[in-house]
Amino acid sequence: MKPADLRASSASANLRKRQTTQKLSFGLLWLASLIVVLVLVVVVGYVFITGFKSLSWDFLTTAPKGGLSGEGGISTTIITTIYLVALILVIAAPLGIGAAIFMIEYQEQTKAGGKFLQALLQAANFGVETLAGIPSIIFGLFGYALFVSTLKFGFSLLSAALAGACLVLPTIIRTTQEALLTVPVSLREGSLALGATRWQTISKVVLPAAIPGIITGIMLSVGRIISETAVFYVTLGGSYRLPNSLLSGGRTLSLHLFYLAMDTNAFEKAMGTGAVLIVSIIIINLVIDLISRKLSAGVRQQQ
Amino acid sequence: MQNKLQVDKAVRTVLLISASLSIVIVISIFIFIFRSSLPAFKEFGVQGLLGELTWRPANGSFGILAMIVGSVMVTLMALVIGVPLAIATAIFLAEIAPRGVQAVVRPAVQLLAGIPSVVYGLFGMVVLVPLIRRIPVAGNSGYGLLSAAIVLAVMILPTITSISEDAIRAVPRAYTEASLALGATHLQTIFQVLLPAGKSGIVAALILGIGRALGETMAMIMVIGNSVILPAPLDDNPLTVFLSQARTLTGNIAVEINYASGLHASALFATGVVLFMLIMIVNVSAHAFLNRSNASAN
Repeated sequence: MKPADLRASSASANLRKRQTTQKLSFGLLWLASLIVVLVLVVVVGYVFITGFKSLSWDFLTTAPKGGLSGEGGISTTIITTIYLVALILVIAAPLGIGAAIFMIEYQEQTKAGGKFLQALLQAANFGVETLAGIPSIIFGLFGYALFVSTLKFGFSLLSAALAGACLVLPTIIRTTQEALLTVPVSLREGSLALGATRWQTISKVVLPAAIPGIITGIMLSVGRIISETAVFYVTLGGSYRLPNSLLSGGRTLSLHLFYLAMDTNAFEKAMGTGAVLIVSIIIINLVIDLISRKLSAGVRQQQ
Repeated sequence: MQNKLQVDKAVRTVLLISASLSIVIVISIFIFIFRSSLPAFKEFGVQGLLGELTWRPANGSFGILAMIVGSVMVTLMALVIGVPLAIATAIFLAEIAPRGVQAVVRPAVQLLAGIPSVVYGLFGMVVLVPLIRRIPVAGNSGYGLLSAAIVLAVMILPTITSISEDAIRAVPRAYTEASLALGATHLQTIFQVLLPAGKSGIVAALILGIGRALGETMAMIMVIGNSVILPAPLDDNPLTVFLSQARTLTGNIAVEINYASGLHASALFATGVVLFMLIMIVNVSAHAFLNRSNASAN
């Protein structure tokens, strides 16, 4: 062999070696992702298969009766969950959307408006960032200290809703901010140029254009409330009866699952409750997916 | 016209108030939790709370060191189990997966993030704990660090995967092209160009995963056993330390706050203070890394 051929063959040997390494490594990466998908399939599959045994129309529509064997169904816990979701959204959605509007739409005015306003805007941004990172049990502890004990709302829907509102506020603010940022500046300029005031522009031009993104944020919050347990464990009391006022306690679906798992031997009913929870989360994810797909289709049309 | 402008001003004030709410909440959380923890700190001192192992509310011992160790250990173990999978999946999604496969894996990761923690806890109790109980070691109940760490690994995986994937995708296309043009394979490009370039974002993802792990409550209560002991090997084999029961900071608060009063309640708030401080350190460093990664991407 001539030296040049030797070099070529060692070069191609090197290439072959690198390509083999690459194939092996990519195989491992495929394997890792396969494991992740399998974990999901195993968890969801197990909950569904064992849970569906106890799932029935009766299970969904009869009230839990308590006791060591976890008698009864889950009707009151479904209704309590809906109450709580509605209450939290009534509190947190206007505040969160309002905060986001101020932080995005009034940015320039604020920057021109002196040191106090600028500091406030910075503090608001810091606040949202911090709230988003605080673990839910801290919100629970806060809710317990302020709403349950100091304000004497007791373990109640009201205490739980106020604590829960603090929990989802950063989610709503952030998604609304993102939605507002996607509205083209030209729309605002057009409206302002036609003589509309700032608020007219926001309420009649910017917000309608941002609605799908805002709804996504609200759906995300609904999912968060449905899955949340720690906050409500220390603020909602845990009675399995239907709450009859804002000041009476209750039990959400996920809280019910927790009590079933820890205090009773009704594992199948706990799994059934888990299946209901997972199905609702899947539905919420699908709705969010649908909205974002519509959104990106809309953007493509505009272009 | 005058009227409209007045409406404009009024609206602006209302919006300004909502915007300041988030910082007001942060400050109130800080004040309420610190204020409620003061009696315990006054009675026992920082050393007496953070440096003591014994937590026996009935006897007036309120040391939370065992819980700090429990939280840190289960978090580290969850990272060891979860991080390789999470980063591998992130690389796979960003670089290798065909579109069709992405369309399966990404929603799967998203759904993993959405499953309520009590469902993970229940799965751990019913499936993992009995499996781990089969390991023949005296005193092994199945409930403990190992079960908790596996559950926790799955729970932090989506956070780490999605943020790391974003970090890898944010690396400019030109880097990849230059590396490939120099004759590097795709694999070499990933490990020697993309991952180093996306390092800040990936580190931020890991730190946020740590925050998530430290903050997890219900699933931990359900599988970790909740005994207030410093995790120690169950027999001569040091590896059996992983089968030891433990209690996390979060679990300590949740399990006892509903019936605690006086100094006991105050000590639980002190537990909250420690958790709050840990999380603040974690989040501030994560944001520092995220900002750095955004700056380098621009």
